[in-house]
Amino acid sequence: MAAGTQPPPSHRTATGVRSPGRAAIAARHLRTDRWWLSPAATAAGLLAFVAYSTWRAFANADYYAAPYVSPFYSPCLAENCVPMRGGPNADLFGSWWGLSPALLILVFPLGFRLTCYYYRKAYYRGFWASPPACAVAEPHRAYTGETRFPLILQNVHRYFFYTAVPVAGILTYDTVLTFRDASYAWGHAGLGTLVFLVNIALIWAYTLSCHSCRHIVGGRLRHFSKHPVRYRLWTWVGRLNRHHMLLAWASLISVALCDLYVYLLATGAFDDPRFF
Amino acid sequence: MSPVSSVERQRWDVVVVGAGGAGLRAAIEARRAGARTAVVCKSLFGKAHTVMAEGGIAASMANANEHDDWKVHFRDTMRGGKFLNQWRMAELHAQEAPERVWELETWGALFDRTPDGRIAQRNFGGHEYPRLAHVGDRTGLELLRTLQQKTVSLQQEDHRETGDHESRLKVFQEFTVTRILKDADGRVAGVFCYERESGRFLVLEAPSVVLATGGIGKSFKVTSNSWEYTGDGHALALLAGAPLVNMEFVQFHPTGMVWPPSVKGILVTESVRGDGGVLRNSDGERFMFDYVPDVFKEKYAETEEEGDRWYEDPENNRRPPELLPRDEVARAINSEVKAGRGSPHGGVFLDVSTRLPADAIRRRLPSMYHQFKELADVDITAEAMEVGPTCHYVMGGVAVDSETAAAVGVPGLFACGEVAGGMHGSNRLGGNSLSDLLVFGRRAGLYAAQYAVSGAGGVVEADEVDAARTEALAPFDGGGENPYTLHQELQQTMNDLVGIIRREGEMAEALERIGALRERAGRVAVEGHRQFNPGWHLALDLRNMLLVSECVARAALERTESRGGHTREDRPAMERSWRPVNLLCRAADGGVVLERVRTEPVRPDLLALFEKEELAKYLAEEELEA
Amino acid sequence: MSTYQARFRIWRGDAGGGELTDYTVEVHDGEVVLDIVHRLQATQTPDLAVRWNCKAGKCGSCSAEVNGRPRLMCMTRMSVFDRDEVITVTPLRAFPIVRDLVTDVSFNYAKAREIPAFVPPAALGPGEYRMRQEDVDRSQEFRKCIECFLCQDTCHVVRDHEENKEAFAGPRFLMRIAELDMHPLDAADEAGLDRRRAAQEEHGLGYCNITKCCTEVCPESIRITDNALIPLKERVVDRKYDPLVWLGKTIRRRTS
Repeated sequence: MAAGTQPPPSHRTATGVRSPGRAAIAARHLRTDRWWLSPAATAAGLLAFVAYSTWRAFANADYYAAPYVSPFYSPCLAENCVPMRGGPNADLFGSWWGLSPALLILVFPLGFRLTCYYYRKAYYRGFWASPPACAVAEPHRAYTGETRFPLILQNVHRYFFYTAVPVAGILTYDTVLTFRDASYAWGHAGLGTLVFLVNIALIWAYTLSCHSCRHIVGGRLRHFSKHPVRYRLWTWVGRLNRHHMLLAWASLISVALCDLYVYLLATGAFDDPRFF
Repeated sequence: MSPVSSVERQRWDVVVVGAGGAGLRAAIEARRAGARTAVVCKSLFGKAHTVMAEGGIAASMANANEHDDWKVHFRDTMRGGKFLNQWRMAELHAQEAPERVWELETWGALFDRTPDGRIAQRNFGGHEYPRLAHVGDRTGLELLRTLQQKTVSLQQEDHRETGDHESRLKVFQEFTVTRILKDADGRVAGVFCYERESGRFLVLEAPSVVLATGGIGKSFKVTSNSWEYTGDGHALALLAGAPLVNMEFVQFHPTGMVWPPSVKGILVTESVRGDGGVLRNSDGERFMFDYVPDVFKEKYAETEEEGDRWYEDPENNRRPPELLPRDEVARAINSEVKAGRGSPHGGVFLDVSTRLPADAIRRRLPSMYHQFKELADVDITAEAMEVGPTCHYVMGGVAVDSETAAAVGVPGLFACGEVAGGMHGSNRLGGNSLSDLLVFGRRAGLYAAQYAVSGAGGVVEADEVDAARTEALAPFDGGGENPYTLHQELQQTMNDLVGIIRREGEMAEALERIGALRERAGRVAVEGHRQFNPGWHLALDLRNMLLVSECVARAALERTESRGGHTREDRPAMERSWRPVNLLCRAADGGVVLERVRTEPVRPDLLALFEKEELAKYLAEEELEA
Repeated sequence: MSTYQARFRIWRGDAGGGELTDYTVEVHDGEVVLDIVHRLQATQTPDLAVRWNCKAGKCGSCSAEVNGRPRLMCMTRMSVFDRDEVITVTPLRAFPIVRDLVTDVSFNYAKAREIPAFVPPAALGPGEYRMRQEDVDRSQEFRKCIECFLCQDTCHVVRDHEENKEAFAGPRFLMRIAELDMHPLDAADEAGLDRRRAAQEEHGLGYCNITKCCTEVCPESIRITDNALIPLKERVVDRKYDPLVWLGKTIRRRTS
């Protein structure tokens, strides 16, 4: 009999899967699949976006190519914004702001995504390895989760949701403005219009599929039967919410592509193909 | 061996053996009646076989049809049991079931709802009105979880009062009871059990013991029952001197999976056939057309074409013979297999894949589709299932008093749920098992508590403990028989010779084989030590399965008729003269003996619920005259 | 029908220690890991300890880790593995070991006792409950739980940090709180019981960092994180972290 005769290894640490009393297995995990692929891809994707958006947000240039304004710079809240005819200029900060105006507005979508229940999962797994994957031991000695500062601040997610809605509204306005041509005449559209349309659809889908939104429209109710309209809304949001992860990625990519498109137009890399 | 005094003893008022629906309902009631109650169960708390029940709980709440009431339910139950039911049990059951279901709601159960917010009720075979309270197809889980959570809530109350969750109601999980202990006067004094995890022995002293151990399916090779169903309560009662009643009645479902092995015995719901599934033998023939009995000839299609038209147009066509009653279908499958036209693994083919488009199958049979996809990797939209009769439920059990659930002849012993006999007569209706658990679980708990606090019960005799201990340890000094092998041989014997269709010669042979197995079981040997040793556990369960199997075989041989869950090929008719006869099975000299007893006449006001002509079909001549 | 010899590594041992032990065992078509464990018991090692019960994915007894992933052995088909793959089966690694594949899951039963039970509404008697289907749907999803404790096993909060066991109830029992909080007739509020506050302060909801492993391993496909844990977190925000609510309360307290 091979069972139950060996003494426990002396190097066992005091916590986790090697805690005293648990089955004495030296390996931190026994998964044989490519469990590392998903957190690695997530981390790579998020890093790429962070790098790109940081560059673009600080660049303070090439964000407007009539009639398109980069979503990173909309609404443009400082005096140093380029004038955009009919566009989202809203000089709330005046002339003292000398940095890129993108930084003023990006705080809100950034906060929305940073506290988003999906992104939290993504970066807790991808960057913190807490845990790296299911049933794969995490490297940290102690863990308190979201019980104390700073992570307890994740609970403000719904306030970022409240700010994300007007931002999405302004981006919708920007999208309407893309039905102009470079000399601001209405009734035209180009490839950029299509890019903006796809982006704004994804932004809205992502914003409305938010878990906080689901809670606010109906999830907080105890009796759906007494609030049929909110129940209907809750059902719709719930259906979107099932795809929250997909929408998070799709809208992240689309917003970057949208900005890239404007950048390429603004730097003259190519001309916007016009449909009509 | 250490002396007897080393076996720990604990004092309780009521010990409940089994923590399924009946056991927990009994424990809750006993505790509420003021008795300190211990529950002993073989599995973890909340894993009992009750979770497998899908259909629902039958109770005439009249939510779906206002004409329903307890009298209609009673009538359906008696018809289903072919009038062999202990009528007072059937009456109490029908009367009290609605209260028991409503009570579950106050403990947190969430049944499916009607549009106006009441408990929804569904149709089921044999019930005149939609009557089954249900939660999708997981009603048993809801029932068990609700009782489990009620148990916990009582423990929370006790904790607030006494500082100890387990001061008045304790669950001994993963303990197996091997003996009921009695005092010098033959009254119940406690139980002897072992802890599966450690192998340590424990004596729970109590004046009342409630058996709620479920059924006996593990004596058969193909069964929908789990490993726990080794007839423990049946055997404990026998060994304590209480008789079992009508053990010949075992319900087989005609279509259980026989292949692949991972799902052997698991039920294939009847709606597969109702939605177009057909039965074929190894020649590809739809053999059911050859098995339509004369009495049904009028009502069933004679050609495949007509049968196929019925699915679309049931008004103008007769139904296909795949939809004959369960026993007819089971008999036909059995005959095909015995004639050598069975499927490779001893069943027949149930094919829906060539009958309906794949998406229609997925839409109409979602749970079946997923059951086979996930558990067996069988795609029922692409290939045929292999099915055969599977042992499902035992109607027979401990003979009990209808009101109090007290076992006959042993003061302080009670039984409820599947382990108790009488309630369902010769055949149980779907949905009546869960209501049975609740109604008689409550009664058993209540009367066990009353008996216990009345000051009855004596002292556990030391030599009884000693004997139980010696018996439990015997397999470690055994003579080399492998318990797994013996178990398999018993299952094969019962399946082949005392299965769904029975013949005199085969049953006699079964009894011989059981005798030989019992003798070999005396030499059973196990390896290893007492800590969580499944070989040892099985060795101890074998005693119970052998005793119960012998009861089934003897009673089946004795009852020379076919009725409900007992089908004799050599005695195909139901005999009215057998209606008032119960067969009691008692332990004697290591084996069992039978006794015929007359049943109590049905109360006239209950008989008046039936038409005269109907009664004439069931009641014996002398009963009709009276 | 085809049969082959599969290679298994099964953890054998007890609290005193143990090791992965190699077995070669016959496998037939259509079998699941639990069938193979049973064959080992019947033919090679009769004292191999394992819990199981219904063998149909309905009771949640045969939880173990197969190739490092928490699973029900009765629902892990052999056909998902390559024939030459070595299949490793270990007990649940978040709980103390009893023997072989059997662990001491009493942690879960202790936590179950700490969650206050359903509080029946005082004004309604048996038979008087009226609830609409859309109002019970949410709680019904959570009541599909078969208590296999795979979510409790996989949750890194306790799996990787033994010291958190005291403060954290685990996904199964936080879901139980959500179930009761969404029950249309639960009268906890009337009884002075704040389930949301208790979830956060007594049962460790804040430890959950919504990494969704509980949802991934759930054999009943209950969307534990999306439908129970996150809504419960949002309900806690309503009660505890919503500045507007807090402001309103403070003003009311000042003026009264």
